[in-house]
Amino acid sequence: MNEGKEILKDSETQEEEKRNILQRLFVRRGCLQAVLLPFLAVLTAFVIGAVIIAVSSPEVLTTLRTEGLLNGLGAALNLVLESYVALFEGSFGSPARILRAMGSGEKRALLDAFRPLSESLVITTPYIFAGLGLALGFRGGLFNIGAEGQLFVGGLASVYVGYSITGLPWYLHLPLAMLAGILGGALWGAIPGFLKARTGAHEVINTIMMNYIAFRLTDHLLSGPMARPDGLPITPEIATSAYLPALFSRPMRVHVGFFLALGAAALVYWFLWKTTLGLEIRMVGANPHASRYAGIRIAPTIVITMALSAALAGLAGTSQILGVDHRMVRAFSTGYGFDAIALALLGNSHPVGVVLASLLFGFLRGGAARMQSIAGVPVEIIRIIQALVLIFVAAPEIIRGIYRLKVAREEERVLMRGWGS
Amino acid sequence: MPPLLELRGITKVFPGVLANDNIDLTLNEGEILALLGENGAGKTTLVNILYGLYTPDKGEIYFRGSKIDIHDPDDAIQQGIGMVHQHFMLIPVFTVTENVMLGVESMKGGIFLDRESAAERIREISSRFGLQVDTDVMIEDLPVGVQQRVEIIKVLYREADILILDEPTAVLTPQEVVELFKVIRSLVDQGKSVIFITHKLKEVLSIADRITVLRDGRVVGTTTPDEATEASLAKMMVGREVILKVEKEPADLGEVVLDVDDLHVLDDRHLLAVNGVSLEVREGEVLGVAGVQGNGQTELVEALTGLRQVESGRVVILGEDYTDATPRSIREAGSAHVPEDRQQDGLVLSFPVAENLVLNTYYESPFAKGLALQYDKIEDTAKDRVELFDVRTPSIFIPVSSLSGGNQQKVIVAREFSRPIKLLIASQPTRGLDVGSIEYIHSRIIQKRNEGCGILLISPELDEIMSLADRIAVMFEGQIVAVMPAVEATREQLGLLMAGVREEEPIRAEM
Repeated sequence: MNEGKEILKDSETQEEEKRNILQRLFVRRGCLQAVLLPFLAVLTAFVIGAVIIAVSSPEVLTTLRTEGLLNGLGAALNLVLESYVALFEGSFGSPARILRAMGSGEKRALLDAFRPLSESLVITTPYIFAGLGLALGFRGGLFNIGAEGQLFVGGLASVYVGYSITGLPWYLHLPLAMLAGILGGALWGAIPGFLKARTGAHEVINTIMMNYIAFRLTDHLLSGPMARPDGLPITPEIATSAYLPALFSRPMRVHVGFFLALGAAALVYWFLWKTTLGLEIRMVGANPHASRYAGIRIAPTIVITMALSAALAGLAGTSQILGVDHRMVRAFSTGYGFDAIALALLGNSHPVGVVLASLLFGFLRGGAARMQSIAGVPVEIIRIIQALVLIFVAAPEIIRGIYRLKVAREEERVLMRGWGS
Repeated sequence: MPPLLELRGITKVFPGVLANDNIDLTLNEGEILALLGENGAGKTTLVNILYGLYTPDKGEIYFRGSKIDIHDPDDAIQQGIGMVHQHFMLIPVFTVTENVMLGVESMKGGIFLDRESAAERIREISSRFGLQVDTDVMIEDLPVGVQQRVEIIKVLYREADILILDEPTAVLTPQEVVELFKVIRSLVDQGKSVIFITHKLKEVLSIADRITVLRDGRVVGTTTPDEATEASLAKMMVGREVILKVEKEPADLGEVVLDVDDLHVLDDRHLLAVNGVSLEVREGEVLGVAGVQGNGQTELVEALTGLRQVESGRVVILGEDYTDATPRSIREAGSAHVPEDRQQDGLVLSFPVAENLVLNTYYESPFAKGLALQYDKIEDTAKDRVELFDVRTPSIFIPVSSLSGGNQQKVIVAREFSRPIKLLIASQPTRGLDVGSIEYIHSRIIQKRNEGCGILLISPELDEIMSLADRIAVMFEGQIVAVMPAVEATREQLGLLMAGVREEEPIRAEM
């Protein structure tokens, strides 16, 4: 019997080897596409963005009408080029200016030259935190739409600890304020988590509702209990001992939070893929039935997942308060928590992907203002490009169709499915 | 006269797999052609090509001697080719008529559905081919066997002359299989031709006119039931001699490892699914629970393994009370569970083979130290287990979803059998597996029994129960209606008990 098996194995060795090589190629193609598809999605979004810039410009249209097709196209090309150069300079800084500043060696000139880069990183920082929060939720099978609300509550908690406590050394005050932000966010996320675990209430509905509560809670607190003594709907400024230190002097606003965000990405990676609790979260996300079979208690895992996801969203608000704003105003977040959904999708719910996606969105938003002032292209174009990126990432078939990419594995395509699966 | 359908040199390559390798196949008018092969031999790929779901990389299809192109299922239906899928494509909340007419609706006045004329045609088909069905019943209220009839009617409604049945018996009870075979015969009697896909040898011998055997994407040979035996077919399928009969010594009984006392369990609809079950499993024996699916076996196993709440009664494992204990504590007591639905409960398909091999022990030493997983240990263990249990996988890092069904089951068996266990609860451990894998898993179960493990085996396959069990319990409508030593049991007697027929004289219960 054993001998028979040996012989069988020998005869199959060649076959198996052939299969192994094919298998490796397939694995590579799968990996390659994971990188290639988002890249092509961004590229395609920029191309379509260019068309929109051109056709929405009255000047281009006038030229087209009065001076003919060729001149019209020329004008369009000019405008698009001008816009994207402005976008680039607005987000990274102008290379010429940077070179000049480096030549002169003047500190002020250098700071000014690198300021766009710094501003882009300032926007990237909360993006990374919130994107990581969403990604962690997705890995656990939970769609945490409440990141924006959790961000507000995290901000409220950290700003309160920031201004109400004084006289502490920074090495106590800063961690305390951050911890408050983390816990505030975590609590706000744990509530819908608990509701889901206990009653089966869907987290999408409940996190949206928690968002409204968070917004109105902020309005209430800022217009009364936490308002500045002069009555303006702004909180008092936090003590400098709770500042997330800036990396350079003014006007560069980029702060330590950016590196904390990168650290958080590494931590989330380690947590999800190298710890037992991370494995449990991913297992519940991938297959709750098998998780129960494997002895995992689903309900507590859901609550923990929501709390951790929300804690990261809370950190996004915290980093913005402690690192940039130093006080809280009503509209202190401009949709970071909602954009985070896109970031997690774009980054395939992987920490590295989230960081890259956050950099992309951060730099796009960073450069938008300059694009508007130089080329006269409204900042909303950036929103359109972001939306296009997301559409292409969510519907990879479009990209595969345009660039004639093969599906990584034909078998994976779902041809037909039974009801309810 | 040319054959009805002829496939020449069909080749289909998936990344990493040569699914069909230069396959020739002939179907004559009015015959039942059985396509026999293990899982992964390329049967389903081949018929999916025929039905237009896949495009072949090479090869041609001829219909009555002339070449045809099939790009999608519509083309196939145009040519009179219909397919009954293994997993039904029915909408549970629609009636039989609505399901059948879906996609080819007959209309009244251009906008209103004409259910009546459709129902009329269905009744015609139904009486012509002996496919009894009530046209106005919702699909969800029908038993599986009748749902399958609806699928066949759907194909006939579209005027198919060639019917492809993909593993049609996999979901049926023995009685339903008999019914299905009658229907298939009446189909060919009235001029239809049938391609019947299966890996069950007995069925092939009893229904087919010709048998074509596939292995590793190639045609191994074509034979007829008169020339072939189960053993010869198994050899063609697997490529070597297969031991169909399980050899085992008489049971060497030890302590009681599982003692179930008057257990009552509710199902998902809060109906009593397990109604006062008492049973006992001792070290070194296999207690086989036979029964048609849906008679409470699933709920019984779930209650025993901590996955379902017990209504009343007691579960004692190795002398300790484990009624309503958690799955983890039951496992830690020294028991193992091979679940009925391996893809839903037994594996996380998107996870790599390595993680699936420690799916329920990942938190124990040496796989974890505190919170940190020890991946070097997990991977070493995975490599050992893959080797020891002959799991065919190119790597321990690829998702378990890319393994064949047999190898997926081997992953579960490797994980559960590698621990020192005293009780094994195996629910349909060979469901949907091919001959080679069944042989292997049976030998592993007997090996565990011989090592002194007590085994509770639940299976609707009488052959499996009869060849593995030392004692056989028959479950019907939530109750154990009889328990007998396997040597005294006959197929006929068990079949009757499974169908709920109680004999006049009470059966001696060995409890």
